Amino acid sequence: MNKPIDARLLQTAEAFADYLKNAAARIDVAAEAKAHGDGARVGISRPHESAQLHVAGEATYIDDIPELAGTLHCALGLSPVANGRLTGMNLDAIRAIPGVVAVLSASDIPGTNDCGSIIHDDPILCQGDIRHLGQPVFAVIAETRDIARRAAAKAKSVLTIDAEPPVLTPRQAHEKGQYVLPPMHLERTTNEGGAKAAIAKAPHRLKGSFDVGGQEQFYLEGQISYAIPKEAGAMHVYCSTQHPSEMQHMVAHALHLHANEVHVECRRMGGGFGGKESQSGLFACVAAIAANHVKRPVKLRLDRDDDFMITGRRHCFWYEYEVGYDDEGHILGAEITMVSRAGHSADLSGPVMTRAMCHFDNAYWLPDVSMHGYSGKTNTQSNTAFRGFGGPQGAIAIENIMDTVARKLGRDPLDVRRTNFYGKTERNVTPYEQVVSDNIIDKLVTQLEDSSDYRARRAAVEAFNATSPVLKRGIALAPLKFGISFNVKHFNQAGALVHVYTDGSILVNHGGTEMGQGLNTKVAQVVAHELGVSFESVRATATDTTKVANTSATAASTGADLNGKAAQDAARQIRERLAACAAARHGGEASAVRFANDKVEVNGRTIDFATLVGEAYIDRVQLWSDGFYATPGLSWDREKMKGNPFYYFAYGAAVSEVVIDTLTGEWKLLRADILHDAGRSLNPAVDIGQVEGAFIQGMGWLTTEELVWHPQSGKLTTHAPSTYKIPTANDCPPVFNVQLFEGDNFQDSIHRSKAVGEPPLLLPFSVFYAIRDAVSAVANHKNDPPLRAPATSEAILDAITAVQSAA
Amino acid sequence: MSTQPIRFFHQGRVVDVSDVHPTRTVLDWLREDARCTGTKEGCNEGDCGACTVVIGELAAPEAVGTVGGLQLQTVNACIQFLPTLHGKALFTVEDLKRQCGKAVDTEQHGKHAVQCLHPVQQALVECHGSQCGFCTPGFVMSLWSSYEHHQTAGTQPSRQQLADELSGNLCRCTGYRPILDAGQRMFDLPAVRLDTQPVVQALTALQREGTFEYSAAAGARTDHFHAPKTLAELAALRERMPGAQVLAGSTDVGLWVNKQFRDLGDIIYVGDVAEMKVVDERNGELYIGAGASLEDAWRALAQRFEGLTDVWLRFASPPIRNAGTMGGNVANGSPIGDSPPVLMALDAQIELRQGARVRRMPLVDFYVDYMKNKLEPGEFVQAVSVPLSVASRRVRAYKISKRFDCDISALCAGFSIELDGDVVKEVRLAYGGMAAIVKRAAGAEAALLGKPFAQASVDAAKQALAQDFKPLSDMRASAAYRLQVAQNLIQRLWLETRAADALPVEATSVWSVMPHVVAEGA
Repeated sequence: MNKPIDARLLQTAEAFADYLKNAAARIDVAAEAKAHGDGARVGISRPHESAQLHVAGEATYIDDIPELAGTLHCALGLSPVANGRLTGMNLDAIRAIPGVVAVLSASDIPGTNDCGSIIHDDPILCQGDIRHLGQPVFAVIAETRDIARRAAAKAKSVLTIDAEPPVLTPRQAHEKGQYVLPPMHLERTTNEGGAKAAIAKAPHRLKGSFDVGGQEQFYLEGQISYAIPKEAGAMHVYCSTQHPSEMQHMVAHALHLHANEVHVECRRMGGGFGGKESQSGLFACVAAIAANHVKRPVKLRLDRDDDFMITGRRHCFWYEYEVGYDDEGHILGAEITMVSRAGHSADLSGPVMTRAMCHFDNAYWLPDVSMHGYSGKTNTQSNTAFRGFGGPQGAIAIENIMDTVARKLGRDPLDVRRTNFYGKTERNVTPYEQVVSDNIIDKLVTQLEDSSDYRARRAAVEAFNATSPVLKRGIALAPLKFGISFNVKHFNQAGALVHVYTDGSILVNHGGTEMGQGLNTKVAQVVAHELGVSFESVRATATDTTKVANTSATAASTGADLNGKAAQDAARQIRERLAACAAARHGGEASAVRFANDKVEVNGRTIDFATLVGEAYIDRVQLWSDGFYATPGLSWDREKMKGNPFYYFAYGAAVSEVVIDTLTGEWKLLRADILHDAGRSLNPAVDIGQVEGAFIQGMGWLTTEELVWHPQSGKLTTHAPSTYKIPTANDCPPVFNVQLFEGDNFQDSIHRSKAVGEPPLLLPFSVFYAIRDAVSAVANHKNDPPLRAPATSEAILDAITAVQSAA
Repeated sequence: MSTQPIRFFHQGRVVDVSDVHPTRTVLDWLREDARCTGTKEGCNEGDCGACTVVIGELAAPEAVGTVGGLQLQTVNACIQFLPTLHGKALFTVEDLKRQCGKAVDTEQHGKHAVQCLHPVQQALVECHGSQCGFCTPGFVMSLWSSYEHHQTAGTQPSRQQLADELSGNLCRCTGYRPILDAGQRMFDLPAVRLDTQPVVQALTALQREGTFEYSAAAGARTDHFHAPKTLAELAALRERMPGAQVLAGSTDVGLWVNKQFRDLGDIIYVGDVAEMKVVDERNGELYIGAGASLEDAWRALAQRFEGLTDVWLRFASPPIRNAGTMGGNVANGSPIGDSPPVLMALDAQIELRQGARVRRMPLVDFYVDYMKNKLEPGEFVQAVSVPLSVASRRVRAYKISKRFDCDISALCAGFSIELDGDVVKEVRLAYGGMAAIVKRAAGAEAALLGKPFAQASVDAAKQALAQDFKPLSDMRASAAYRLQVAQNLIQRLWLETRAADALPVEATSVWSVMPHVVAEGA
């Protein structure tokens, strides 16, 4: 039942702050206005470039593109069995359905039946081995989407399968020694004997295991591809994807075409979060194969349930660890085995495990450490990228250890965490031997500790718990350090094209994709800044493999870093040519020509940017340019798992306070305070949007978002929003204080900003550990709660029961 | 049987549709036939809100919460069938810019209208409320409904109210804070209001006496859609066509079509029967017509029993509560429906009608087995009624689910208890999610009845509950959790309602920190 808000919450912060206070606390409007007046176009909180289209319903997603006459629709027939062998298909029964034009199976694929992104172990359509329940077996092409879906739904009655029991959990796969990739090991020894010896001789030892669930991306726009056959066998595919170049390659292989015969285009996605990095491939391929087969345009738009049943998601992890520590809580040695649920194929499980192992240290110096990573092969959807890409799964393991060590020692977990922070000049080398040279974690955490009133609230929580029999509160601070760059060196490159037209309007095209994160907004700002023009002068267009070639996935948070730099390179070349033209026409030095606020100052005169552009055209100056960027200084030895994989690190921290119900396990986030490092932000509003969005999304991962596979059939039973629960507006905490940390990137990143897509996904660890703190209060912090993630009400009540029975 | 075209108000004019199947959804019609692609499909089951549209109906003279003579309500277009729009107005995201069109003169084009963003849209832009933008049109429509209602009432929503009003709209990008900000900001921008007069005029002209009949070919067969206007017509139709599918809010039936590809055949739609929507007090009872929306019905219950407020606000989402009906929830008989346990705790009666025959029975006797009830062929649920006479009873409803909003209960408990001093005089403990049907916990009730309301009796009731129910494990919860919590909720009831030292809700509910506005108004 509801009553007015707790008076204590009202006092300690502006509970339910109104929008004006929220904006004022996050963005320095006056400073931004001044900078804008001075000609800056970066560091300014301009709205998303498509915001006006979004709110009007006029932003075009792939299903909104007017269909060409003759367009057909496709739906996939899915395996009703999780493991086994396909022995028969009566597809003629499907072909006989009125409105069905064709039904295709693996043998109808003209090229290679594979859509694996790194390892080629991922059939587009089932080749005989049934690998998971929901695996696409055949494709129905029909006059309408409804007919196609209804026909495809008859899969169960037309497929004959010799079924075998499925392997579903990482533990089962590990016990069977069943992996999609060879195991990985990352060890660092600073003392004789390494981690094992360090643990053995430590004053205290802790052994444990931990489970963390997976997470569905739940992009609001489901997977979709629309393929249009072109002359001479070429194919044009509109695909909702984070990786148009990879879609181009996959479609080329499936159709046995060259890359120059496949054109992939994506203006925007309705969310990606990693789920459209590699896994848009299957749908691009099927749509293209179908279009090629019937020589008509074919659209494949998945129903939400099919999307859940076919595509993979964040890997769930199971850990076993042992650490040694001293009386202060210093971790002296750590050994951990991580086993992920990779699903039926490798997909991106290797890079995900690599990133998990490179983030086990999080913000902490671990002198002797031994990590073992196994990508368990299971009869489930093939797991893939999801914001954080293994980083959160690696880091949460050490956070669990920190939390437990603190409890064992009776110390505040923040103190134990701080004790282990990386140093600046010593204790500053990661287990993979990269030097942490930009460490700001201590300063950032201290600032947040103060602004969130952490110590006083810790005392208030204890006081509340002392007199509250049913409800218990908990508070926790969680820090983060996140490495920025692809671990694979050659992915760290980008290209861009900038066109300046004779009317002074500017068009920018680059290799990154827009999934809502504001990449086009930031890139357009970079170009506007470079050429000294208004935001409105610059338009970003669809990502298109015929414009910028050989692009990397928009992933690993690198979109703005890479494409911003490439666009800046292109714009700068044009500016230099314009400056030379201006100096030649009007006198003075080219280097003294200044571009700002749509004006050009040259030799004491001020002319309109558009006027100079017109003059330059007459003077036959090239008004368009390409641009290119490759991140410097990276290295990675995949065998030894050592090197310098990251250009820099992003940092952040969050404090969360929760209340739990010891009778039901229900919980509520009362307040969250966040301080996050985005370097010198290109667009503070967009970056805060990323931070808050990641926080709530990550909180969902660790609390309400539970994936359940039926233990016998292997069917994913949480396959729609009715059963899979992502946060709603009421899950946003009533007190939500979010700020960006003031500071530059020490590296020469684009305008000294830092990548912001993935790092804040680690901030909601604070929610999970606040819940753990509250559970622990049930037995006066004497027993360590065996809390699993997601911390559903059931998981919380289980942990409460365990803590009570151990008391 | 003659067929009439489906006629409804859309984008400033009345459209006639006569060639679609009766189960064509409003969303598919919008996107594929009308080429209005602003409204999006996110889940096709009414759970994500990307397809939220607003339906306008002529308001009854006595109706409250109306906007310029119209009832405006958000619904999920993905699960509404097009014929149900007959005689109504459909508003989508495309309508908003249109509303604030300004007439301007230009030399080249003469007088023409320049469209600008509506305050709802402008506020979302200014507050950075969209990222990927795919959920945005749905949020726009939920916010617009809120905007029109609050502007009419001269009020502004609190942030808590906004969060409640948006609980049927999922956003995966923003974390919601900027959208809630926009919900406040929109009231500070120059007001733009819907001109309801042409809509009222058009809808008035569309109103006809008698049953709306629509038919369309479905392959070799013809499917019929009947929408009677009166209870008598409905009863006669139902008796004549006992095999036809009764359709109310379509919040479950819509999924049968979208997800299970069921053929419904002939449909009898009850949504146009005004008598079925009555919610009033008569003979010491709260009488809830079976066609009353879940929102109206639960609001009326929460006004009379404060302890039901949470479950009201947590019952699905506003678009689902606007479309779904109390009668549908009760007749559907799902073991995880949230109305039956609460109604059973309130000792509700169910009113069944067949032709002219009306019979009543306690709701607790209505359910026979999983999805089986005592409805006879040609019979339908006409109403439920809740006795109001007992002033001293304490009523509580507890919903347990993974998420606060718009989630299906792992279990839902409806409790009513009356004490005589500290002795339990009367008790009803009803649970959903614990068995194949919603039912009362006979053993646990017996353990309490006539006993002192004390820890010992509570412990005995908890013990007995393990004999009352053998719940299942599924994706929502394990059997063990369901039983443990079902037991603990009796403990919570005792803590909150015991004669001495009863704990305030602040001490027993994590949701007590949410400052909801409790039910008010008529």
